[in-house]
Amino acid sequence: MKIDGKTHAFGDKIDTDLLSPGAYMKGPINEMAKHCLEAVDPDFTNRAEPGDIVTAGFEFGTGSSREQAASCLILNGIGCVLARSFARIFYRNALNLGLPVMVCPTAHEIAPGTRLTVDPLAGTATEEGGRVHDCEPIPERLMDMVAAGGLIPYLEKTRIT
Amino acid sequence: MTAPATLTEKIMARAAGKDRVRAGEIVTVDVDLAMIHDSGGPRRVKPMLEQLRATVWDPEKVVVVSDHFVPAVDVESAQILDLTRKWARETQVRRFFDMKGICHVVLPENGLIQPGMMAVGGDSHSCTGGAWGAVMVGIGATDMLGVLVTGEIWLRVPSTVRYSCTGSLPPGVSAKDIMLHLCATVDPVSMNYRVAEYAGPAVEAMEMSERMTLCNMSAELGAKTGIIAPDATTHEWLERVGAGVGERELQGDPDAEIEREVVIDTPNLAPQVAAPHSPANTHAVTDSIGTRVTQAYIGACTGAKLNDLHMAARVLKGRKVAEDTRLLLAPASTKITAEATRDGTLEILTEAGAILLPSGCGACAGMGAGILADGEVCIASTSRNFQGRMGSANAEVWLASPYTVAAAAVAGEIADPRDMLT
Ligand code: SF4
Repeated sequence: MKIDGKTHAFGDKIDTDLLSPGAYMKGPINEMAKHCLEAVDPDFTNRAEPGDIVTAGFEFGTGSSREQAASCLILNGIGCVLARSFARIFYRNALNLGLPVMVCPTAHEIAPGTRLTVDPLAGTATEEGGRVHDCEPIPERLMDMVAAGGLIPYLEKTRIT
Repeated sequence: MTAPATLTEKIMARAAGKDRVRAGEIVTVDVDLAMIHDSGGPRRVKPMLEQLRATVWDPEKVVVVSDHFVPAVDVESAQILDLTRKWARETQVRRFFDMKGICHVVLPENGLIQPGMMAVGGDSHSCTGGAWGAVMVGIGATDMLGVLVTGEIWLRVPSTVRYSCTGSLPPGVSAKDIMLHLCATVDPVSMNYRVAEYAGPAVEAMEMSERMTLCNMSAELGAKTGIIAPDATTHEWLERVGAGVGERELQGDPDAEIEREVVIDTPNLAPQVAAPHSPANTHAVTDSIGTRVTQAYIGACTGAKLNDLHMAARVLKGRKVAEDTRLLLAPASTKITAEATRDGTLEILTEAGAILLPSGCGACAGMGAGILADGEVCIASTSRNFQGRMGSANAEVWLASPYTVAAAAVAGEIADPRDMLT
């Protein structure tokens, strides 16, 4: 599984309230997804196209345990997040929901709008111009789950009933 | 003799059925207790359980709390609460606390967090349970589904960073100030996957509700969880709530290997405030004196326990809330409201002009009463001040201890609570 898309760049500490604002918690998730990251980038949801990649600094997904933070990215078509570090609950949630996320120490050096090819198993993110960024690969066992679309579809597929 | 181990390693080894586990190792543990609430719980896991045609592994080990959307303010929240009640009934979860208060407070009030437990909670502040010498970690809804179906979860054993608090806390300074100070001085990346262990004379002297604040805000530090070794204070609480001390209690070995120790000069700590929009923007209150506030909020699992209300009362006794400022008060549980009524605290607070709100997450999560308009400035005893969390993205939230929130309510601007202690 490889992800190909253009990047949307964000800074440090993109928290769960920015990703999935609490004010929309009661409503349908599709509604909430329209407000994903609007407080820091009002045009993000309009620009995001299927397969696009979010790059960010430290502590991406910090804050609440709400899974909607990852779901809102998925609903906006985001195919992968590369950040210099992740908050641990967000990291687990994203993989559980089938969104590949990788620690990429040089994520902040990738210019917004760059076309990028990400290989989660190899742990690489390659810019169109050829520069390769090393990332922490996603272990194969976890990647099976991610590629299946997350824990639920994976359990459905693999559970012997 | 097995090699020396930290408290966290011992608890996780027991839960993994092993003699010894080491920091960094990934283990599968049996879960002793799984807590879910109305926001991330039944409404999210019910459809997943149905999709998998699976049932809850052990209803006796599951606790459900309605706290985020209580009381219902519109049809959507009413539906969520209704779904939560019905699910708890259908799945025969006996321990269902409907509108009794905030989960992290209601669980220990009912003696459900026992020393030595391996617990998970569907909320990022589940680390609060560490105050009882348990390992309790926050997880998301899909991870929780895995626990509800199998009773197990895989976790990485965290290495320990010990925060040693020397001496004792000066007047007007509390556990909240320690944590805000740490949020500003500790790099959260350095705490990722670590457990924060709080120790030292200042922690040993703290009552449980202050220890809860330390462990609670381990989430803001970026830690996997927080923990405090159980002692006589822990036992006293458990006996008082009629739970007794179970057999699982463990202590870490004094010579166990830890990652590092951070010493906090507690006696010289000043009251702290976190400026918008991150707990990391913390500095001493004296740097922000005079910042106008429109709302002061005493609420949340972090800052509205009985002891927190006592702190506020020490400032507000015989004083009045400033003309153009409102003080909202949401005790963390109905039990705390009753206790604060009995001991006269509520009278002091309401005489001063505090507006009493229902027990629950309320304005802390931006879901209940007390949210903010554009341009408003709130000082809150909560744990997070992310942009937009308490309402408008154009509002400011400052974080502080109950002392400092109360002082700001009186002055109408950020003020030093040490000048107002009675
Ligand atoms: S009071 Fe606030 S921090 Fe505590 S559980 Fe509720 S929403 Fe979370």
